[in-house]
Amino acid sequence: MIDKGWLTVGGIGRWAIDTFLRLGFAARFLGLTLLNSGVCLRRPRLVVREVYFSGVLSLVIILVSGLFVGMVLGLQGYQTLKTYGSESALGVLVALSLLRELGPVITALLFASRAGSAVTAEIGLMKATEQLRAMEMMAVDPIARVVAPRFWAGVISTPLLTAMFTAMGIYGGYLVGVVLLGVDEGSFWSQMQNSVDFREDVVNGLLKSLAFGFAISWIAVFEGYDAPPTAEGVSGATTRTVVTSALTILFLDYILTSLMFRGL
Amino acid sequence: MERSSLDVWVGIFVVGGMVALLILALKVGNAGDLLRAGPTYTLTASFENIGGLKPKAPVRSAGVVVGRVVTIDYDPETFNAVVTLSIAKRFDRFPKDTFASIYTSGLLGEQYVGLAPGGDEKVLANGDRISKTQKAVVLEDLIGQFMTSRAGEPAAK
Repeated sequence: MIDKGWLTVGGIGRWAIDTFLRLGFAARFLGLTLLNSGVCLRRPRLVVREVYFSGVLSLVIILVSGLFVGMVLGLQGYQTLKTYGSESALGVLVALSLLRELGPVITALLFASRAGSAVTAEIGLMKATEQLRAMEMMAVDPIARVVAPRFWAGVISTPLLTAMFTAMGIYGGYLVGVVLLGVDEGSFWSQMQNSVDFREDVVNGLLKSLAFGFAISWIAVFEGYDAPPTAEGVSGATTRTVVTSALTILFLDYILTSLMFRGL
Repeated sequence: MERSSLDVWVGIFVVGGMVALLILALKVGNAGDLLRAGPTYTLTASFENIGGLKPKAPVRSAGVVVGRVVTIDYDPETFNAVVTLSIAKRFDRFPKDTFASIYTSGLLGEQYVGLAPGGDEKVLANGDRISKTQKAVVLEDLIGQFMTSRAGEPAAK
Protein backbone atom coordinates (compact mmCIF):
# COMPACT_ATOMS: atom_id res chain seq x y z
CA MET A 1 0.00 0.00 0.00
CA ILE A 2 2.96 2.35 0.65
CA ASP A 3 4.01 2.21 -3.00
CA LYS A 4 5.70 5.22 -4.52
CA GLY A 5 2.50 6.51 -6.00
CA TRP A 6 -0.48 5.72 -3.85
CA LEU A 7 -1.36 9.41 -3.79
CA THR A 8 -1.94 9.34 -7.52
CA VAL A 9 -5.44 9.06 -8.92
CA GLY A 10 -4.86 5.42 -9.76
CA GLY A 11 -3.54 4.75 -6.26
CA ILE A 12 -6.58 6.25 -4.59
CA GLY A 13 -8.83 4.32 -6.92
CA ARG A 14 -7.04 1.08 -6.15
CA TRP A 15 -7.27 1.78 -2.43
CA ALA A 16 -10.99 2.53 -2.69
CA ILE A 17 -11.70 -0.61 -4.72
CA ASP A 18 -9.68 -2.69 -2.25
CA THR A 19 -11.56 -1.25 0.72
CA PHE A 20 -15.00 -1.80 -0.74
CA LEU A 21 -14.03 -5.27 -1.92
CA ARG A 22 -13.00 -6.22 1.62
CA LEU A 23 -16.10 -4.60 3.15
CA GLY A 24 -18.37 -6.44 0.75
CA PHE A 25 -16.62 -9.73 1.41
CA ALA A 26 -16.80 -9.10 5.17
CA ALA A 27 -20.57 -8.56 4.94
CA ARG A 28 -21.04 -11.66 2.79
CA PHE A 29 -18.85 -13.61 5.19
CA LEU A 30 -20.95 -12.51 8.17
CA GLY A 31 -24.09 -13.63 6.34
CA LEU A 32 -22.51 -17.02 5.59
CA THR A 33 -21.43 -17.40 9.22
CA LEU A 34 -24.91 -16.63 10.52
CA LEU A 35 -26.49 -18.99 7.98
CA ASN A 36 -24.13 -21.79 9.02
CA SER A 37 -24.65 -21.29 12.75
CA GLY A 38 -27.11 -24.14 13.02
CA VAL A 39 -24.26 -26.50 13.71
CA CYS A 40 -23.58 -24.61 16.96
CA LEU A 41 -27.02 -25.63 18.22
CA ARG A 42 -26.69 -29.21 17.04
CA ARG A 43 -23.20 -29.59 18.50
CA PRO A 44 -22.95 -27.17 21.46
CA ARG A 45 -19.68 -28.84 22.49
CA LEU A 46 -17.96 -26.93 19.67
CA VAL A 47 -19.05 -23.60 21.18
CA VAL A 48 -18.27 -24.71 24.75
CA ARG A 49 -14.69 -25.44 23.71
CA GLU A 50 -14.32 -21.98 22.18
CA VAL A 51 -15.96 -20.27 25.17
CA TYR A 52 -13.28 -21.95 27.25
CA PHE A 53 -10.42 -20.62 25.11
CA SER A 54 -11.90 -17.14 24.56
CA GLY A 55 -13.83 -16.50 27.76
CA VAL A 56 -12.55 -18.62 30.61
CA LEU A 57 -8.89 -17.98 29.81
CA SER A 58 -9.58 -14.20 29.67
CA LEU A 59 -11.03 -14.27 33.18
CA VAL A 60 -7.83 -13.44 35.05
CA ILE A 61 -6.93 -10.37 33.00
CA ILE A 62 -10.55 -9.15 33.09
CA LEU A 63 -10.98 -9.55 36.85
CA VAL A 64 -7.61 -8.00 37.74
CA SER A 65 -8.12 -5.08 35.35
CA GLY A 66 -11.62 -4.54 36.69
CA LEU A 67 -10.37 -4.41 40.24
CA PHE A 68 -7.67 -1.87 39.42
CA VAL A 69 -9.88 0.30 37.22
CA GLY A 70 -12.43 0.44 40.06
CA MET A 71 -9.73 1.25 42.59
CA VAL A 72 -8.35 4.10 40.47
CA LEU A 73 -11.87 5.43 39.95
CA GLY A 74 -12.43 5.36 43.69
CA LEU A 75 -9.18 7.19 44.36
CA GLN A 76 -9.60 9.86 41.68
CA GLY A 77 -13.29 10.32 42.34
CA TYR A 78 -12.64 10.74 46.04
CA GLN A 79 -10.02 13.45 45.47
CA THR A 80 -12.37 15.45 43.24
CA LEU A 81 -15.57 14.92 45.20
CA LYS A 82 -13.85 15.84 48.47
CA THR A 83 -13.34 19.36 47.10
CA TYR A 84 -17.12 19.76 47.05
CA GLY A 85 -17.66 17.87 50.28
CA SER A 86 -19.75 15.22 48.54
CA GLU A 87 -17.66 12.09 49.05
CA SER A 88 -20.88 10.21 49.69
CA ALA A 89 -21.59 10.37 45.93
CA LEU A 90 -18.49 8.24 45.29
CA GLY A 91 -20.56 5.08 44.94
CA VAL A 92 -22.73 6.69 42.28
CA LEU A 93 -19.68 7.92 40.36
CA VAL A 94 -17.93 4.55 40.41
CA ALA A 95 -21.04 2.51 39.59
CA LEU A 96 -22.38 4.70 36.80
CA SER A 97 -19.06 5.20 35.02
CA LEU A 98 -18.35 1.48 35.18
CA LEU A 99 -21.83 0.33 34.18
CA ARG A 100 -22.33 2.76 31.34
CA GLU A 101 -18.90 3.20 29.79
CA LEU A 102 -15.77 1.75 31.32
CA GLY A 103 -17.08 -1.77 31.93
CA PRO A 104 -18.27 -2.49 28.38
CA VAL A 105 -15.49 -0.56 26.62
CA ILE A 106 -12.45 -1.75 28.56
CA THR A 107 -13.70 -5.33 28.65
CA ALA A 108 -14.21 -5.21 24.88
CA LEU A 109 -10.74 -3.72 24.28
CA LEU A 110 -9.12 -6.36 26.50
CA PHE A 111 -11.19 -9.13 24.94
CA ALA A 112 -10.23 -8.02 21.42
CA SER A 113 -6.54 -8.07 22.23
CA ARG A 114 -6.62 -11.20 24.40
CA ALA A 115 -9.07 -13.43 22.53
CA GLY A 116 -9.82 -11.74 19.19
CA SER A 117 -6.19 -11.74 18.14
CA ALA A 118 -5.85 -15.41 19.11
CA VAL A 119 -8.88 -16.35 17.02
CA THR A 120 -7.49 -14.48 14.01
CA ALA A 121 -4.08 -16.09 14.35
CA GLU A 122 -5.61 -19.54 14.75
CA ILE A 123 -7.89 -19.30 11.72
CA GLY A 124 -5.18 -17.56 9.68
CA LEU A 125 -2.69 -20.31 10.45
CA MET A 126 -5.26 -22.99 9.68
CA LYS A 127 -5.69 -21.33 6.32
CA ALA A 128 -1.93 -20.96 5.75
CA THR A 129 -1.33 -24.62 6.53
CA GLU A 130 -4.27 -25.55 4.28
CA GLN A 131 -6.29 -27.17 7.07
CA LEU A 132 -9.38 -25.28 5.91
CA ARG A 133 -8.82 -26.54 2.37
CA ALA A 134 -8.42 -30.07 3.73
CA MET A 135 -11.74 -29.79 5.56
CA GLU A 136 -13.46 -28.74 2.36
CA MET A 137 -11.97 -31.79 0.65
CA MET A 138 -13.57 -33.95 3.34
CA ALA A 139 -16.91 -32.20 2.75
CA VAL A 140 -16.74 -30.43 6.12
CA ASP A 141 -17.73 -26.80 5.79
CA PRO A 142 -14.96 -24.82 7.54
CA ILE A 143 -17.31 -21.90 8.14
CA ALA A 144 -19.72 -24.09 10.07
CA ARG A 145 -17.05 -26.17 11.81
CA VAL A 146 -14.36 -23.54 12.56
CA VAL A 147 -15.71 -20.02 12.10
CA ALA A 148 -19.25 -20.12 13.52
CA PRO A 149 -18.36 -21.64 16.94
CA ARG A 150 -15.59 -19.07 17.45
CA PHE A 151 -17.91 -16.28 16.41
CA TRP A 152 -20.69 -17.27 18.82
CA ALA A 153 -18.27 -17.98 21.64
CA GLY A 154 -17.10 -14.36 21.40
CA VAL A 155 -20.67 -13.03 21.34
CA ILE A 156 -21.55 -15.10 24.44
CA SER A 157 -18.37 -14.37 26.39
CA THR A 158 -18.27 -10.58 26.11
CA PRO A 159 -21.42 -9.71 28.13
CA LEU A 160 -20.50 -12.26 30.82
CA LEU A 161 -16.98 -10.85 31.08
CA THR A 162 -18.39 -7.32 31.16
CA ALA A 163 -20.70 -8.17 34.06
CA MET A 164 -17.79 -9.65 36.00
CA PHE A 165 -15.50 -6.73 35.15
CA THR A 166 -18.09 -4.22 36.34
CA ALA A 167 -18.91 -6.09 39.55
CA MET A 168 -15.20 -6.40 40.29
CA GLY A 169 -14.65 -2.71 39.54
CA ILE A 170 -17.40 -1.61 41.89
CA TYR A 171 -15.88 -3.81 44.57
CA GLY A 172 -12.51 -2.16 43.86
CA GLY A 173 -14.08 1.27 44.24
CA TYR A 174 -15.65 0.10 47.50
CA LEU A 175 -12.28 -1.17 48.75
CA VAL A 176 -10.51 2.13 48.12
CA GLY A 177 -13.40 4.45 48.93
CA VAL A 178 -14.91 2.83 52.00
CA VAL A 179 -12.21 0.61 53.47
CA LEU A 180 -9.18 2.77 52.71
CA LEU A 181 -10.41 6.36 52.56
CA GLY A 182 -13.30 6.13 54.99
CA VAL A 183 -16.34 7.10 52.92
CA ASP A 184 -19.48 6.13 54.83
CA GLU A 185 -20.48 2.62 53.81
CA GLY A 186 -24.22 3.22 54.08
CA SER A 187 -24.28 6.27 51.84
CA PHE A 188 -21.89 4.61 49.39
CA TRP A 189 -24.34 1.78 48.67
CA SER A 190 -27.65 3.56 49.20
CA GLN A 191 -26.84 6.53 46.97
CA MET A 192 -25.62 4.06 44.36
CA GLN A 193 -28.86 2.10 44.52
CA ASN A 194 -30.89 5.30 44.33
CA SER A 195 -29.15 6.53 41.19
CA VAL A 196 -28.51 3.33 39.26
CA ASP A 197 -31.52 2.26 37.27
CA PHE A 198 -31.72 -1.40 36.29
CA ARG A 199 -33.23 -0.83 32.86
CA GLU A 200 -31.35 2.36 31.98
CA ASP A 201 -27.90 1.52 33.23
CA VAL A 202 -27.40 -2.20 33.83
CA VAL A 203 -29.32 -3.46 30.80
CA ASN A 204 -28.01 -0.76 28.47
CA GLY A 205 -24.44 -1.53 29.50
CA LEU A 206 -24.97 -5.20 28.71
CA LEU A 207 -26.58 -4.39 25.37
CA LYS A 208 -23.51 -2.33 24.57
CA SER A 209 -21.19 -5.19 25.44
CA LEU A 210 -23.29 -7.54 23.30
CA ALA A 211 -22.83 -5.19 20.34
CA PHE A 212 -19.10 -4.99 21.03
CA GLY A 213 -18.83 -8.78 21.28
CA PHE A 214 -20.59 -9.12 17.94
CA ALA A 215 -18.26 -6.59 16.30
CA ILE A 216 -15.06 -8.07 17.77
CA SER A 217 -16.01 -11.63 16.83
CA TRP A 218 -16.95 -10.61 13.33
CA ILE A 219 -13.68 -8.73 12.81
CA ALA A 220 -11.58 -11.50 14.35
CA VAL A 221 -12.98 -14.40 12.33
CA PHE A 222 -13.08 -12.34 9.14
CA GLU A 223 -9.46 -11.17 9.41
CA GLY A 224 -8.36 -14.73 10.08
CA TYR A 225 -10.30 -16.13 7.14
CA ASP A 226 -9.15 -13.33 4.85
CA ALA A 227 -5.48 -13.42 5.90
CA PRO A 228 -2.92 -14.00 3.14
CA PRO A 229 -1.67 -17.55 3.73
CA THR A 230 1.84 -16.55 4.71
CA ALA A 231 3.58 -15.91 8.03
CA GLU A 232 3.63 -12.20 7.27
CA GLY A 233 -0.03 -12.26 6.24
CA VAL A 234 -1.15 -13.90 9.49
CA SER A 235 0.84 -11.46 11.63
CA GLY A 236 -0.61 -8.52 9.69
CA ALA A 237 -4.14 -9.90 10.09
CA THR A 238 -3.65 -10.29 13.85
CA THR A 239 -2.50 -6.69 14.13
CA ARG A 240 -5.42 -5.51 12.01
CA THR A 241 -7.88 -7.38 14.26
CA VAL A 242 -6.69 -5.50 17.33
CA VAL A 243 -6.53 -2.09 15.61
CA THR A 244 -9.84 -2.40 13.77
CA SER A 245 -11.62 -3.81 16.84
CA ALA A 246 -10.36 -0.99 19.05
CA LEU A 247 -11.48 1.69 16.60
CA THR A 248 -14.83 -0.03 15.99
CA ILE A 249 -15.48 -0.38 19.73
CA LEU A 250 -14.81 3.29 20.42
CA PHE A 251 -16.86 4.42 17.43
CA LEU A 252 -19.76 2.09 18.26
CA ASP A 253 -19.59 3.24 21.87
CA TYR A 254 -20.18 6.84 20.88
CA ILE A 255 -23.09 5.90 18.63
CA LEU A 256 -24.70 3.63 21.24
CA THR A 257 -24.22 6.14 24.04
CA SER A 258 -25.86 8.90 22.05
CA LEU A 259 -28.79 6.59 21.25
CA MET A 260 -29.22 5.08 24.73
CA PHE A 261 -28.57 7.91 27.14
CA ARG A 262 -30.15 10.73 25.19
CA GLY A 263 -32.63 11.80 27.82
CA LEU A 264 -30.25 11.68 30.78
CA MET B 1 -7.36 -30.92 28.59
CA GLU B 2 -10.16 -33.42 28.96
CA ARG B 3 -13.51 -32.54 27.60
CA SER B 4 -15.41 -32.94 30.86
CA SER B 5 -13.13 -30.64 32.88
CA LEU B 6 -13.36 -28.10 30.06
CA ASP B 7 -17.14 -28.21 30.39
CA VAL B 8 -16.87 -27.63 34.12
CA TRP B 9 -14.75 -24.54 33.62
CA VAL B 10 -17.17 -23.11 31.06
CA GLY B 11 -20.01 -23.87 33.45
CA ILE B 12 -18.25 -22.02 36.26
CA PHE B 13 -17.60 -19.14 33.85
CA VAL B 14 -21.25 -18.83 32.84
CA VAL B 15 -22.45 -19.10 36.45
CA GLY B 16 -19.89 -16.47 37.49
CA GLY B 17 -21.19 -14.12 34.81
CA MET B 18 -24.78 -14.66 35.94
CA VAL B 19 -23.84 -14.07 39.59
CA ALA B 20 -22.06 -10.84 38.63
CA LEU B 21 -25.16 -9.76 36.72
CA LEU B 22 -27.34 -10.56 39.73
CA ILE B 23 -25.06 -8.51 41.98
CA LEU B 24 -25.28 -5.61 39.54
CA ALA B 25 -29.06 -5.87 39.43
CA LEU B 26 -29.76 -6.29 43.15
CA LYS B 27 -26.87 -4.74 45.05
CA VAL B 28 -25.87 -1.95 42.66
CA GLY B 29 -29.09 -1.26 40.79
CA ASN B 30 -32.67 -0.87 41.90
CA ALA B 31 -34.06 -4.13 40.51
CA GLY B 32 -34.48 -5.27 44.12
CA ASP B 33 -36.91 -2.40 44.70
CA LEU B 34 -38.95 -3.43 41.69
CA LEU B 35 -39.20 -6.98 42.97
CA ARG B 36 -39.94 -5.96 46.51
CA ALA B 37 -42.32 -3.15 45.61
CA GLY B 38 -45.53 -5.16 45.63
CA PRO B 39 -48.90 -3.55 44.95
CA THR B 40 -49.15 0.24 44.88
CA TYR B 41 -51.80 2.91 44.60
CA THR B 42 -51.57 6.33 43.00
CA LEU B 43 -52.15 9.81 44.33
CA THR B 44 -51.86 13.12 42.51
CA ALA B 45 -50.73 16.47 43.82
CA SER B 46 -50.43 19.79 42.03
CA PHE B 47 -47.60 22.11 42.92
CA GLU B 48 -47.05 25.75 42.05
CA ASN B 49 -43.42 24.96 41.29
CA ILE B 50 -41.64 21.62 41.41
CA GLY B 51 -38.09 22.94 41.14
CA GLY B 52 -35.86 20.13 39.92
CA LEU B 53 -38.11 17.19 40.85
CA LYS B 54 -37.74 14.26 38.45
CA PRO B 55 -39.73 11.10 37.75
CA LYS B 56 -38.64 8.20 39.99
CA ALA B 57 -37.73 10.61 42.80
CA PRO B 58 -38.56 9.11 46.20
CA VAL B 59 -41.68 10.00 48.20
CA ARG B 60 -40.87 10.07 51.91
CA SER B 61 -42.92 10.31 55.02
CA ALA B 62 -41.01 10.88 58.27
CA GLY B 63 -37.88 10.28 56.17
CA VAL B 64 -38.90 6.76 55.15
CA VAL B 65 -39.35 6.02 51.45
CA VAL B 66 -43.02 5.09 50.94
CA GLY B 67 -43.26 5.49 47.17
CA ARG B 68 -41.95 7.06 43.96
CA VAL B 69 -42.86 9.91 41.65
CA VAL B 70 -44.29 8.36 38.49
CA THR B 71 -45.08 11.20 36.10
CA ILE B 72 -44.84 14.97 36.09
CA ASP B 73 -47.24 16.92 33.91
CA TYR B 74 -48.29 20.54 33.42
CA ASP B 75 -51.91 21.61 33.82
CA PRO B 76 -52.67 24.39 31.30
CA GLU B 77 -55.87 25.36 33.21
CA THR B 78 -54.38 26.08 36.60
CA PHE B 79 -50.77 26.63 35.44
CA ASN B 80 -49.64 24.15 38.05
CA ALA B 81 -47.41 21.09 37.82
CA VAL B 82 -49.33 17.85 38.37
CA VAL B 83 -47.24 15.13 40.00
CA THR B 84 -48.45 11.53 40.12
CA LEU B 85 -47.17 9.55 43.09
CA SER B 86 -47.13 5.78 43.39
CA ILE B 87 -47.36 4.74 47.04
CA ALA B 88 -46.92 1.23 48.42
CA LYS B 89 -50.24 -0.40 49.25
CA ARG B 90 -49.27 -1.14 52.84
CA PHE B 91 -49.04 2.61 53.53
CA ASP B 92 -52.69 3.28 52.63
CA ARG B 93 -53.67 5.22 55.75
CA PHE B 94 -52.60 8.76 54.88
CA PRO B 95 -55.29 11.20 56.13
CA LYS B 96 -57.19 13.42 53.67
CA ASP B 97 -55.39 16.53 54.90
CA THR B 98 -51.91 15.16 54.34
CA PHE B 99 -49.48 17.90 53.39
CA ALA B 100 -47.18 17.32 50.38
CA SER B 101 -44.03 19.40 50.01
CA ILE B 102 -40.95 19.25 47.84
CA TYR B 103 -37.71 19.10 49.77
CA THR B 104 -34.06 18.79 48.84
CA SER B 105 -31.86 16.25 50.60
CA GLY B 106 -28.67 18.09 51.43
CA LEU B 107 -27.65 21.40 49.91
CA LEU B 108 -27.16 20.07 46.37
CA GLY B 109 -28.83 16.68 46.74
CA GLU B 110 -31.76 15.16 44.89
CA GLN B 111 -35.26 16.51 45.39
CA TYR B 112 -38.03 14.41 46.85
CA VAL B 113 -41.67 14.70 47.86
CA GLY B 114 -42.28 14.74 51.59
CA LEU B 115 -45.68 13.72 53.00
CA ALA B 116 -46.68 15.11 56.39
CA PRO B 117 -49.84 13.34 57.64
CA GLY B 118 -52.62 15.56 59.01
CA GLY B 119 -55.32 14.68 61.51
CA ASP B 120 -58.33 13.92 59.31
CA GLU B 121 -60.40 10.78 60.02
CA LYS B 122 -60.88 10.01 56.33
CA VAL B 123 -57.93 8.56 54.42
CA LEU B 124 -56.63 9.08 50.89
CA ALA B 125 -57.66 6.35 48.46
CA ASN B 126 -56.41 5.33 45.03
CA GLY B 127 -56.60 8.24 42.53
CA ASP B 128 -57.23 10.90 45.16
CA ARG B 129 -55.71 14.34 44.95
CA ILE B 130 -53.61 15.83 47.74
CA SER B 131 -55.00 19.34 48.11
CA LYS B 132 -52.48 20.81 50.52
CA THR B 133 -49.15 21.29 48.83
CA GLN B 134 -46.13 23.50 49.18
CA LYS B 135 -43.95 24.41 46.21
CA ALA B 136 -40.25 23.68 46.00
CA VAL B 137 -37.83 26.24 47.35
CA VAL B 138 -36.01 27.77 44.42
CA LEU B 139 -32.59 29.04 45.37
CA GLU B 140 -32.80 32.09 43.09
CA ASP B 141 -36.08 33.20 44.73
CA LEU B 142 -34.53 32.79 48.14
CA ILE B 143 -31.51 34.89 47.19
CA GLY B 144 -33.83 37.46 45.64
CA GLN B 145 -35.86 37.73 48.86
CA PHE B 146 -32.71 37.98 50.88
CA MET B 147 -31.39 40.78 48.67
CA THR B 148 -34.62 42.82 48.86
CA SER B 149 -34.88 42.38 52.60
CA ARG B 150 -31.27 43.46 53.04
CA ALA B 151 -31.85 46.50 50.82
CA GLY B 152 -34.11 48.00 53.49
CA GLU B 153 -31.54 47.71 56.27
CA PRO B 154 -28.85 50.30 56.90
CA ALA B 155 -25.53 49.34 55.34
CA ALA B 156 -23.23 47.39 57.63
CA LYS B 157 -20.24 49.25 58.92
